[in-house]
Amino acid sequence: MSHDAEHEHEHGHEHDHAHEGSALPEMDLRVRALESLLIEKGYVDPKALDVLIDTYEHKVGPRNGARVVAKAWSDPGFRQWLLDDATAAIASLGFTGRQGEHMVALENTPGVHNMVVCTLCSCYPWPVLGLPPIWYKSAPYRSRAVIDPRGVLAEFGVALPDDTDIRVWDSTAEVRYLVLPMRPPNTDTLNEDELADLVTRDSMIGTGLALASHEAKPASGGQP
Amino acid sequence: MNGAQDMGGMQSFGPIAPETDEPYFHADWERRALALTIAMGSTGKWNIDMSRAARESLPPAQYLSSSYYEIWFAGLRKLLIDSGLATRDEIDSGVSQRAGAPVPRVLAADQVNPMLFRGSPVSRPEPYPARFAVGDAVRTLTLNPTTHTRLPRYCRGKHGRIVAVRGAHVFPDSNALGHGEDPQWLYTVRFDAVELWGKDTTASSVCADCWEPYLEADGKA
Repeated sequence: MSHDAEHEHEHGHEHDHAHEGSALPEMDLRVRALESLLIEKGYVDPKALDVLIDTYEHKVGPRNGARVVAKAWSDPGFRQWLLDDATAAIASLGFTGRQGEHMVALENTPGVHNMVVCTLCSCYPWPVLGLPPIWYKSAPYRSRAVIDPRGVLAEFGVALPDDTDIRVWDSTAEVRYLVLPMRPPNTDTLNEDELADLVTRDSMIGTGLALASHEAKPASGGQP
Repeated sequence: MNGAQDMGGMQSFGPIAPETDEPYFHADWERRALALTIAMGSTGKWNIDMSRAARESLPPAQYLSSSYYEIWFAGLRKLLIDSGLATRDEIDSGVSQRAGAPVPRVLAADQVNPMLFRGSPVSRPEPYPARFAVGDAVRTLTLNPTTHTRLPRYCRGKHGRIVAVRGAHVFPDSNALGHGEDPQWLYTVRFDAVELWGKDTTASSVCADCWEPYLEADGKA
C-alpha cells in the first residue's frame, strides 16, 4: 500500500463513527472504572449522572433554536429584541443555562452569510442547539471554517453567490453565537410551528440554509 | 498554549463528513464521560478554564488521534490527579485505595436541572474603564504563553476593528492558573480575512472575541 493510500484508509476509518463504540471497548471499561471510583469516593451521585444524560439527550436540542428563529421571522419586535439582546429574548422562550449564558444572534441577509466555529475547542450554544455534532468538534471543520468557509459550505451542499460576504465567528470566549438564517421565499402563510420545521440545526450554525417550504422537516431534540 | 487544540487554518485534516440524523452519543461510555465531566466540574475543585487547559495540554499527537470524548476523559483524569482527588493507579484500576478527599459540593440529582438551566454567567462588574469602543482600530499582541490563552495563533499580531463591546468577563488566562478571575473587558474584533490569510481564503472576515490584555491601539488607522 502506498503511503497515500494508507493515509486515505486511516482517514476513512476515523470517520466511521458508527463503529466508534464497538471499536473501543477499552474506553467503555476505563470510563466504567472511573465512574465506580468517583461514586465510591463520594464525589458524584450516580442518580445525578442519569439526570444529566437524560437532559442533554432528550430535553435540549435544535428544536429550541428553531422556535427562536421562527418567532424572529414572524414577529418583527422579537427579531429586533433578539438582535439587540439575544440572551434575554431567548430566555423569554424558556431557553437558558449552561453554554448559553451570553448569547448573540447573527442575522443572515442577501449580502451577508454568517458561519460559527470554535477553533480552540467546541464552544456551542447548548440551550438552543443541544450538544454539538461530531463534525463541529472535529479537526476538519475547526481548522478550515476560518480560512475556507466556501469550501466548507460546498461539503454541506451549499453554494452562495460570489458577491456574498462570508463572515466567520470564532467562539473564543463565553459568548455563544446563533445564526438567524434567511426566511425562505413563499412562506408568508405559514405559522410559527410550520416555520420552525424549516429551520435546521446547520442553518443556525451557518453551514446550511433554511429549508424550502416543501422540504419541511422538524429539527429533532428539544422541547416539543 | 501553542497546543494541538489551536487548529484554525491548519490543512490536510480531510473532509468534514457530516452524518445524517447523527445521534448525540455514539457509545454509552460517551454519555457517562460527559456526565462525569460536568458532575465533577460542579464539585468546585476546578473551573471551566482549568478543564480546557487540561485538555489542551495533552501531547499534540495524542490530542489529534483522540475522539472528542476520549479528550474529555483524558482531561478529567489529569484534573483528578492534579487536584489530589484520585491517583493514577486508582483511576486505572477503578479501585479506591483511600477515602475520598473533601470537595466543596456534590451535585445531587434534584439539583442537576436547576444548575444546568441557571448556567454560570462569566460577566463581572467593570474593573476599570473600557479602553476601546466600537469602531476602534486595534492590533492583537504577539503572545506565545506556555499556559492557557484564548487568542488563537492565526489572529496574533493582526490588525482588526472592534465591532462589539461585550462587558467585563472572567479572564481565562488567569482563571486557568488558579490566579483568580481577574475580569477584563471583552471585545469582538473583526479581522479582514486577507489580513489573516493573504489571498488564500474564501472568507470576507473573521471575528474573534478578545480580552483587553490581548489588544493594543492600532496607530496605523
